[in-house]
Amino acid sequence: MHKPVTLITGTRKGIGKYLAEHYVNKGHIVVGCSRSPIDWKLNHYTHFETDVADENSVRQLFQMIRKNFGRLDNLINNAGIASMNHMALTPLSTVNNILNTNVIGTFLFCREATKLMISKNQGRIVNFTTVATPLKLEGEAIYAASKAAVGSLTEVLARELAPYNITVNAVGPTPIETDLIKSVPKEKMQRLIARQAISRFGTCEDVANVIDFFLNPKSDFITGQNIYLGGV
Amino acid sequence: MHQEILNIVTDSVKQTNQLLKNKAPIEQGENCPLFGSNGYLDSMSLVSLVVSVEEKIEKQFNTPLILADEKAMSQKRSPFATVGTLTTYIEELMREVSHA
Repeated sequence: MHKPVTLITGTRKGIGKYLAEHYVNKGHIVVGCSRSPIDWKLNHYTHFETDVADENSVRQLFQMIRKNFGRLDNLINNAGIASMNHMALTPLSTVNNILNTNVIGTFLFCREATKLMISKNQGRIVNFTTVATPLKLEGEAIYAASKAAVGSLTEVLARELAPYNITVNAVGPTPIETDLIKSVPKEKMQRLIARQAISRFGTCEDVANVIDFFLNPKSDFITGQNIYLGGV
Repeated sequence: MHQEILNIVTDSVKQTNQLLKNKAPIEQGENCPLFGSNGYLDSMSLVSLVVSVEEKIEKQFNTPLILADEKAMSQKRSPFATVGTLTTYIEELMREVSHA
């Protein structure tokens, strides 16, 4: 049995870093990327400094995966950015940045990963949505909209890629105490968490649990699904 | 380079033919119809062909190409119409890459 090759985007910190460690511990060969360098090291982990929305850099990353590993079993599209702001006060550059990273980045990685996966006639893709979309969070218009696009992309890709035995699913985390929410006032966060069926912060373990399920070889009949955490 | 690329395209069509009931008549060489009104490939087998050709080009020439680029999709005559048009299109892309 070969070791699964798993590509995770946005691994510098937070959930992405946790997932890199999690899948290395599970015996995967993990390739990760982030825009800036990482300040940590891990065996069986290779890091790339890649802007997920830069087509050329993304192609180079996949060229390396093809050369060094010859295959890709799992793609986890974790890289994402948010910006908390009233829409009337949101600069266009913020809109472009969020759409580029969250939507274009997810699309580019799905496209290039698919090419590697089709040649082996198998693969697992996991995208990241957010509870901000179904909760219709004020101040998160573009973030929520970008993740709605990722949800839609997930559903359509699931159908397009099913003939190649590639599943495409999504996980929608609740707020987790990472950098992504550090600028949001505590009171606001508490009100948001109160809207969940299970009112607590999520953890990286909660996210990994759902991804483990999607990546499980037995989950080959599960595709086009989006699982929100916390009962949203 | 033309012959090398033609060989890659031919090999990939043979590989893709394994997925097809109505197989593309590769014995017609560069005139073998692939995709479009007289073509033998549906969109699923076109994806398999493109993936196979890109992989072989990258392996042989160490050049990652994206065949389904804006230019390919906007051309009046699709580069995916026949083995010959696809081979010529790849040659063009390779020239552009080497001059970039």
